[in-house]
Amino acid sequence: MISLLPISSLLLAAGEVNITALDKFKDFVNRWSVPQYSLPLFCIIMFAAFIWYRKWTKPIVFWPLMLGFTVVYFAFIPLDESYASILKKPDNVPITMMIFLTLYFLWLGLRQAAINDENMEIGKPLIEEDREDKVLCWPDLVYTELLAMVLCTVVLIVWSVLLKAPLESPANPAGPPNPSKAPWYFLGLQELLVYFDPWMAGVVLPGLIILGLAAMPYIDTNPKGNGYYTFKERRFAILTWMFGYLILWCVLIVFGTFLRGPNWNFFGPFQVWDPYRVDPLTNINISDVWYVVLLGGKLPDNLLVREWPGLLFTFFWLCVLPVLMTKIGFFGRLRAQMGFSRYYLMAVLFVIMMLVPVKMVGRWTFNLKYIIAMPEINFNL
Amino acid sequence: MIQGVINSIRESQVWSSIFRHGIPRDRRTRVMAIMSNVFLHLHPVAVRKSGIRLSFTWCMGGLTFFLFIAETISGVLLMFYYRPVVEYAYSDIIGMRAHLTLGIMREIHRWGAHAMIISVWLHMMRVFLTGSYKPPREFNWVVGVILLVLTMLLSFTGYLLPWDQLAIWAITVGSKMAEATPFAGMAGPGTELLQLPGGIPIVTPYSDAKFLLLGGESVGEAALLRFYVLHCIAIPLGAATLIAVHFWRIRKDGGISGPM
Repeated sequence: MISLLPISSLLLAAGEVNITALDKFKDFVNRWSVPQYSLPLFCIIMFAAFIWYRKWTKPIVFWPLMLGFTVVYFAFIPLDESYASILKKPDNVPITMMIFLTLYFLWLGLRQAAINDENMEIGKPLIEEDREDKVLCWPDLVYTELLAMVLCTVVLIVWSVLLKAPLESPANPAGPPNPSKAPWYFLGLQELLVYFDPWMAGVVLPGLIILGLAAMPYIDTNPKGNGYYTFKERRFAILTWMFGYLILWCVLIVFGTFLRGPNWNFFGPFQVWDPYRVDPLTNINISDVWYVVLLGGKLPDNLLVREWPGLLFTFFWLCVLPVLMTKIGFFGRLRAQMGFSRYYLMAVLFVIMMLVPVKMVGRWTFNLKYIIAMPEINFNL
Repeated sequence: MIQGVINSIRESQVWSSIFRHGIPRDRRTRVMAIMSNVFLHLHPVAVRKSGIRLSFTWCMGGLTFFLFIAETISGVLLMFYYRPVVEYAYSDIIGMRAHLTLGIMREIHRWGAHAMIISVWLHMMRVFLTGSYKPPREFNWVVGVILLVLTMLLSFTGYLLPWDQLAIWAITVGSKMAEATPFAGMAGPGTELLQLPGGIPIVTPYSDAKFLLLGGESVGEAALLRFYVLHCIAIPLGAATLIAVHFWRIRKDGGISGPM
């Protein structure tokens, strides 16, 4: 008889669980914080923020927003134990700092970009426009530097007195903690391990981040926006860079530090880290989809024959797509402006970066495991 | 009275042999104050007013450099008490907190390192948003990218030294990545294809990228010593050299950026 009753009403009847509005809210947040919902949501918020950057960066809009966010961010510490335990973990304190400082400075930069862009439209000078107006380094710059150093020292000492540096039990080579996490600034890369093998997430992608950053000034031939804040004159450059930095780097770090629990399972901010929760892995390769699901047969033995759909996709993505993109007006103009080598360096780096969200979407929609699966030679993409 | 003492100090032979200018109160002495000091002459004598506005620079590059100095000083003090040996490392860390006067040196070092990572990222974001990587500052941006990587490597190598659970397992996760390096790590794609005639593998578990990083097959004694040397000597030397280049190039490339 009991098994026929819905579990929630059973618990309610037992008087053990009283579902309040707060619990409903927590449940709602937990359900929406899984990457397949929250990452697209963060992308939408980011792009909306850049579309309406002149509106929300006004101090009268920004500060209430920031205040509201701060209140919500800290209000749940006394209201929820798991949330409090995440935020109070000493090694997670820098993440909170990173979140607030990044938001503040993003606003500070975009606010000045908004003012400059408006000024340019009505023919007024930029904030930075004062070619003739020079001041002596002593005292104007030197004293600012001194004050910054003093303030930084004070902050560091107060922080160090209030909060002990993290130290866990002595190293035990036989007992790995669950989860084992890399230092927080690499957790975006560790989060990518969910979607890619270590050679991609840990070697190729970080290598390309460094290479791409270093190549940036040689790729970006747009002469505008040099030495002043602007968004209007550099839309593509800023959106692409910010997508990489805010979403693929910072948001993934927050996921990795705050929301990845035992066995690297995903837990909402108000969920208890249950080490015994088992998330079934039912991921399939593109070759399985093609040969087994669609054709209803068996996988061929020959590596290249077996993996041709994935190889073809990869070839298309890396080699054909950059060429095809030039048919779109915007990229066509870029191709004409930048010349052959600059354009293709930019385009290949761009499509590789976009391969990350594409594979994520593949995982969320049809449990994509590998585009190319060649475990025989450790080559899985 | 006090003013008289101050004046007599400032007029003494010792003072005027160190500071070869008067009190910086007028234009000439202020220029001299910058030009005749080896540290301050990193700055030009005069700068554009909007270039040094805090809302323009965010002071993040300067703070990163200041944190680098704070890390160097606190790091040298920590080296007096820390032995990079598996038997002692953890107890030395405990001892730093328990037995030392002003036992917050490790806290300052640890939190300063986190702050430095964040400030270097924010510095990069500021330079990006103001387009300051554009000509003529392309090369200095590249130097900055290398410094960014060195900053994270400094923090990464320091992470192992407390020799606690957090340390060895974080580095274990990191070294799994080295093991997966294409053509150079045992678990990397293509490594097995590299063979000498007769099927002799070129890359072995004792010569792959992970072994190079750890000095062994797992995080142990050799890895601790390796990370210690990298953390205290090799990477700081490299970073200090590149910081010098970075600052010098700011001057040579026309100072703090501004509209052309």
